[in-house]
Amino acid sequence: MRDYLTFLFRVWRLSFQGSWKFYAWMSVLTVVALIGLHAWARQFVDGLQTTGMTNQVSWGAYIANFTFLVGVAAAAVMLVIPAYIYKKEHMHEVVLFGELLAIAVIVMCLLFVTVDLGRPDRFHHMIPPFGIFNFPGSILSWDVIVLNGYLLLNLHIAGYLLYCRYRHQKPTKKFYIPFVFLSIAWAVSIHTVTAFLYVGLAGRSYWHHPLVPSRFLASAFVAGPALMILTFQIIRRVTNYFIGDQPIFTLRMIMTVAMIINMFLLACELFTEFYSPTQHAAAAHYLYFGLHGYSGLVPWIWTAIVLDVIGLTLLITPASRRILWLNVACITCFVGIWIEKGMGLIIPGFVPSPLGQIVEYLPTLNETLVCLGIWAFGLLMFSWMLHVAIPIMNGSLRDRPELAAQIN
Amino acid sequence: MSHDPQNEVSPKTIEQVYRPMTRRTFLKGAAASMVGVAGLMAALKPLLELDSGAITLDELLQKHYRQLTPEDLRRIMDNLAAKAEKEHGVRPTLRDLKPLDGVEFGYALNLTRCIGCRKCAHACLAENNQSRANPDDIEMSYIRVLELDKGAINLETSNVYYNPETVPQPDKYYMPVQCHQCRQAPCTKVCPVQATWQEKDGIVVVDYNWCIGCRYCMAACPYDARRFNYQKPTIAKEQINPNQTYLSNRIRPKGVVEKCTFCLHRTRDGKYPACLEVCPTGARVFGNLLDPDSEINYILKNKRVYILKEDVGTQPRFYYFFDK
Repeated sequence: MRDYLTFLFRVWRLSFQGSWKFYAWMSVLTVVALIGLHAWARQFVDGLQTTGMTNQVSWGAYIANFTFLVGVAAAAVMLVIPAYIYKKEHMHEVVLFGELLAIAVIVMCLLFVTVDLGRPDRFHHMIPPFGIFNFPGSILSWDVIVLNGYLLLNLHIAGYLLYCRYRHQKPTKKFYIPFVFLSIAWAVSIHTVTAFLYVGLAGRSYWHHPLVPSRFLASAFVAGPALMILTFQIIRRVTNYFIGDQPIFTLRMIMTVAMIINMFLLACELFTEFYSPTQHAAAAHYLYFGLHGYSGLVPWIWTAIVLDVIGLTLLITPASRRILWLNVACITCFVGIWIEKGMGLIIPGFVPSPLGQIVEYLPTLNETLVCLGIWAFGLLMFSWMLHVAIPIMNGSLRDRPELAAQIN
Repeated sequence: MSHDPQNEVSPKTIEQVYRPMTRRTFLKGAAASMVGVAGLMAALKPLLELDSGAITLDELLQKHYRQLTPEDLRRIMDNLAAKAEKEHGVRPTLRDLKPLDGVEFGYALNLTRCIGCRKCAHACLAENNQSRANPDDIEMSYIRVLELDKGAINLETSNVYYNPETVPQPDKYYMPVQCHQCRQAPCTKVCPVQATWQEKDGIVVVDYNWCIGCRYCMAACPYDARRFNYQKPTIAKEQINPNQTYLSNRIRPKGVVEKCTFCLHRTRDGKYPACLEVCPTGARVFGNLLDPDSEINYILKNKRVYILKEDVGTQPRFYYFFDK
């Protein structure tokens, strides 16, 4: 117990030690996060009229980002599976970073849902016994459970493993292996349940589509590993923690397979929507070609398609065996999927409206600042966790703190 | 930054490496904290503009409508009435009307007769105290009147913003759409906090003091029947209808969803909905589905009835029918 308190105290001390670059990075993120907080406070006072949402398009950038990020969080499982099921030794050195990423991203998800609420002051209505939880009827209540459960699972696994590392102790299997396996199933569930949020709505034909959950998972297993590959290289560059090329290339393989599946499912979707000219395809028409002269999303979706295709081409060719091209593929896939799964999935669900009205949506400045603030806060959390975790991982927090302080 | 552990000097603890607190580090830390707190305060500054009484402890602790005792509800309604008087200048008569026994409401609309005059949409606004930018702003009205091309029932090419000199236009027909009070209501199913539910008489209501404003119900509704208060409702004093109930037309708070309640403050009191009373062509028929002799049952038995989006499986209590 005493040792644990010392551990926490040291982690706390370590949080404030770093190079000027570390300080500069964290300060910039803090400032952006505070600007976002300010924008949200504005929204809290004036109501959601500060956003671009309307009665017709009643969800926007917040829910779009939420949906995308749930996938990124779920993708941590793509490090866990090779490490624990296929017992790939090299993945054990990095699996923790995936779990830390999942923690940061889930917190971002919860923030994105919270800022979307018209009455955040009534948040407790969702938490029994203060509120009434519409379980199991409402898929949103399922989502609350799976997201928070996933957060707790990862907090436990990552926290326990880090503390064992700190004590140079071999982790006791029964304290974490069952949770690791649970977290694998759980990761799939968070993204499936989030997909069911939309798929369950029979009145919105663009969403009411059995391919949506599969595509969610496939695209998540591209975007998540893409982010991890980039993160590993940053860790490699700015800290003294060694990450070899092997985990990066394992992730490349996973990304490639997932991206092929994702693009195949996209092709299936496009065929279904466009081969027979049904009214149900109106939303897809609006998204890809514009409808009755309205075409706000057309440039977005084609940008996404181009980025996806570039990413896929790089991944399936030997080009991405070189780190530089792999990085390009990661960035194009990440941005491409962010667009198609965010704005490209949420907004066409509302355009045209169920009564055929077309009201276009564009986020306002205030709304964009809130989004940027949450992204900055997520990065801030992830940076802090890496900053603290790496000296623990390489043992320097306990044995050679003078080295721990050197890292960025 | 790589290092060889063999050649390192003896290990120190982190406490030795980061010297104990000195005056200098203390001042530095204090200055940094001051900057941080100042930044946080600046970020939260808009909160100072919150109206006093916008969020009260009483409201934060309030229970769900269906868990309230009659005394609690009375007290809450008194507070709400006082608040409405303070904010809008009119003290409403705020009541709580329960569903009547042996009554299930149904509504039918005659598409042959409807001329698209939008009187129902305006009457809805006058009756239900929705927010409006000016007296003619019917965006928040619970009724949207669609103008459709004759020859099909194609919502996708419909127009709600039609504005000809006169109605009806010869090549058009009109279809008012409002809440269908579905038997299998997707909106109540998806609400994560049961802030919206179906009452015994079939009316789907919202507890505006319980809704968290997630707008999932709006996404779920196939009839675009729900409206959200993106801002604090704006309504002129002289436009306020003081005959209000807790579950229907009382002036809503900011950030909650609202919808058509078949004017339950009227219909549970033996009157017709406002949209029916104002209809100049008698296109609207309202009544008790459980009464075999009611006009609505006559229509359902004898007319050519059309159910909007029947394929979605919502089983509405709102029907369209044709005369000729």
